[in-house]
Amino acid sequence: MAEYEAVIGLEVHVELKTASKAFCGCSTAFGAAPNTHICPVCLGLPGVLPVINRKMVDYALKVALALNCRIAPHCKFDRKNYYYPDLPKNYQISQYDLPLATDGYLEVEVDGRRRRIGIIRVHMEEDAGKLIHEGEALNPGAYSLVDLNRTGVPLLEIVSAPDIHSPEEAYAYLTSLKAILQYLDVSDCKMEEGSLRCDANISVRPRGSEVLGTKTELKNMNSFRALQRALAYEIERQSEILARGGRIKQETRAWDESRGVTVSLRGKEEAHDYRYFPEPDLVPLAIGEDWINRIREELPELPAERRRRFQEQYGLPPYDAAVLTASKSMADYFEACLGHYREAKTVSNWLMGDFSRLLNAHGLEPEQAPVRPQDLAELLTLIDEGTISGKIAKTVFEEMFLTGKKARTVVEEKGLVQISDEAAVLAVVEEVLAAHPGPAADYRAGKEKALGFLVGQVMKATRGKANPALVNKLLKERLE
Amino acid sequence: MDLLFRPAHELHRLLRRREVGARELAEAFLARLDAVEDKVKAFVTVTRKLALEQAAAIEVRLARGEELSPLAGLPLALKDNLCTRGLRTTCSSRMLAEWVPPYSATVVERLAEAGMVLVGKTNMDEFAMGSSTENSAFFPTRNPWDLERVPGGSSGGSAAAVAAGEVVYALGSDTGGSIRQPASFCGVVGLKPTYGLVSRYGLVAFASSLDQIGPLTRDVTDCALVLQAIAGHDPRDSTSAPVPVPDYVAALGDGRLAGLKIGVPKEYFPPGIEPGVRQAVERALGYLEEAGARCEETSLPHTPYALPAYYLVAPAEASSNLARYDGVQYGYRTEAEDLRQMYRRTRRLGFGAEVKRRIMLGTYALSAGYYDAYYLKALKVRRLIKEDFDRAFGRFAVLVTPTSPTVAFRLGEKIADPLAMYLSDLFTIPVNMAGLPGLSVPCGFSNGLPVGLQIIGPPFSEALLLRVGYAVEQAAGCAGRWPALEVGSDG
Ligand SMILES: [Zn+2]
Repeated sequence: MAEYEAVIGLEVHVELKTASKAFCGCSTAFGAAPNTHICPVCLGLPGVLPVINRKMVDYALKVALALNCRIAPHCKFDRKNYYYPDLPKNYQISQYDLPLATDGYLEVEVDGRRRRIGIIRVHMEEDAGKLIHEGEALNPGAYSLVDLNRTGVPLLEIVSAPDIHSPEEAYAYLTSLKAILQYLDVSDCKMEEGSLRCDANISVRPRGSEVLGTKTELKNMNSFRALQRALAYEIERQSEILARGGRIKQETRAWDESRGVTVSLRGKEEAHDYRYFPEPDLVPLAIGEDWINRIREELPELPAERRRRFQEQYGLPPYDAAVLTASKSMADYFEACLGHYREAKTVSNWLMGDFSRLLNAHGLEPEQAPVRPQDLAELLTLIDEGTISGKIAKTVFEEMFLTGKKARTVVEEKGLVQISDEAAVLAVVEEVLAAHPGPAADYRAGKEKALGFLVGQVMKATRGKANPALVNKLLKERLE
Repeated sequence: MDLLFRPAHELHRLLRRREVGARELAEAFLARLDAVEDKVKAFVTVTRKLALEQAAAIEVRLARGEELSPLAGLPLALKDNLCTRGLRTTCSSRMLAEWVPPYSATVVERLAEAGMVLVGKTNMDEFAMGSSTENSAFFPTRNPWDLERVPGGSSGGSAAAVAAGEVVYALGSDTGGSIRQPASFCGVVGLKPTYGLVSRYGLVAFASSLDQIGPLTRDVTDCALVLQAIAGHDPRDSTSAPVPVPDYVAALGDGRLAGLKIGVPKEYFPPGIEPGVRQAVERALGYLEEAGARCEETSLPHTPYALPAYYLVAPAEASSNLARYDGVQYGYRTEAEDLRQMYRRTRRLGFGAEVKRRIMLGTYALSAGYYDAYYLKALKVRRLIKEDFDRAFGRFAVLVTPTSPTVAFRLGEKIADPLAMYLSDLFTIPVNMAGLPGLSVPCGFSNGLPVGLQIIGPPFSEALLLRVGYAVEQAAGCAGRWPALEVGSDG
């Protein structure tokens, strides 16, 4: 299918984690009992009016500035009209023709190549509620329950330009976008809780062609990986149709995760007419230079800057800097470690290695880890001091992670202090040589490999505690 | 002592001097209501018990020697599209016939703080759509001056209740004339404030960019008092203006208008206007000149386009505002096989014909392919109308016009002809389209039926409008003349 090129645009919705909803004072906290974070305004009762949450605009401006967008001096809210039981007013307050921000971009790196993906627009809107379906569909006893806790939670819609050409680029775009949102601390970005959602528009065209093909809209991807798989499937599906001389039908398709396919949801002719018009209950929003400047000053260091700084300030290889800064909390953790321990590359190795492995295994974020940065620093100091070996340190670290105990405590409790006493190690060396005359003879005969076996035996006999350098030195001396 | 037709400012004095008690006052008005309500049918809900409780609370405060605000203890009525916590708010629609709001409108809270004695919620055209109160899903209200005629609308219940002496004053809402036209038909004072002067929070929306709440009162002084109580910025309404509220009563003046320049737009005196209305308004122009004002003809050239533009903007907003009545969360619901059927049946049976007509008009005007030609064009016309007024206010302090082309018409006369009905608001609609304040003051009679004079001013010029209205009132001598409504006979 290499003769076809994919053209992909992504529409990302993120819930902003303001304390209160977009147009009322209700809490936005996730996971409360159904219909407890509600009031007449978000219930859309007769006679209520929305009031703009200024914090929502602050957060949206942060994102727009971080995405290098042009901020509209005047924007307005519009009503998007459609009937659905999770939408109590049967219209959604959104932004249509005058969005908050336009014309930005995001830099992504795929296979070592950096690319700019355009951002067409960033706009604010309110979220809908949730429907919980009870009973089997088509069963006369089936019914649906409505939970309106989420109704009115502020959402940001971020629309990319059709600048993405592969599932990998789409994945990189989402990863970078998520990192930025987390650095800005404006969203939890949890796809499983619905605080980040992504739809894709995708078409394919013969490579080299400037003409856009007919696109389909993909929905229902519940993870970045699912999005990547759905895009790959859709590229193949569309390319096959074109290769057969067929035509792509413009439609909305849903990703079926279990079957690994996209299926038609609705055609173009069934598309809604949302009858957008200016929301008369809100006055247009004027965003002056003062407001923009205040937000600009509040902007934290963003992933790209931090990655560059990690390379320059700590001498990290580009790969390490990219991996560590991809997640704000990992980068924070890294820098916290360096407050207690100087060797940046050593810390980086530990974080990208055992630390990440254990975090993944336990489903934790760095800041939730039982091992605090100063604890890891202490462990690394113990290695440098020769108190424990690097190999033992891995065992100690795992124990620290599981129990929350400090390195020194684990080492003492488990008797893991390295044996560096020459006489003690020598005694074991003598025993091993006596027990294994064969390998000893092999080594003397020039088989260097035999030394490894003998070292292993000494380590085994000391349960790994013997200072490896000392063991090597003593064995070699005795075998001379 | 006959208390029924005295204005609020007089009753307040009687209360303060302890010449009458709050309970006595409430009972007098409830007795009047009992006597005439069968004929007038102004109320959807009568809150007898609440009124007596509230009056008793005022009694306690009076006994303690507390200083009472000017409206404390004076029986009033609220149009039934103003949300009242714990008290059903129907909009005279089957859709909300049993709906009890869990919150009160800002204006209701403000009146409660001022010592409200609520007699009840008044009838209206369903969702405020209409000019005769015949579009109520429950029953039509009658004009106390002639029970065969309509009280106007959509705030017909409020206007009729004041005119019939069932309450001292009432609140209504005005989207295209719904306070001023019934005020004119019932011979009471009615004010549509500047858009943004009075909070809309808790007013069940018809057309959000046009709706305003305002008073219907016995005289201009009362109008100033009620406006004083309800005006002012409300953080819960983003469209409410953060402007200072002047002392409206102090601004009424002494009936003199020396040197005031008044414009009389010729488009408001078309050939079809009822001769009696024209004569009464022309007499009122004479009163104004006698008071020292200079009246001069002027032109608002885009006036003819106001009505058609209004019938795009208002229904468009209504189609969206009324989308929430779907049977899911509250209000009327019909059983159905599935969701779509429930939506359809609920809305087909829950709304009356006029509401459905306007929802369809509005939906159409906003639809893809028609938006630019209808809705957007209507917004452009709206701007031109506003500019007409801006230009006029460069030369004139206020403009005066008839409030409506006719006096109260007969029940059933226009109900089958929507266009004829819409024309009743011909002179009031442009004021809403421009967001301006408009005051209707009784200025005379035509064949025994009241005629209203409309006074229009620039934004937030209510104090001036009331001053001009006060001068008309002093000169016209209509205040104090009330319908006979022979009680006890079979009318
Ligand atoms: Zn709420």
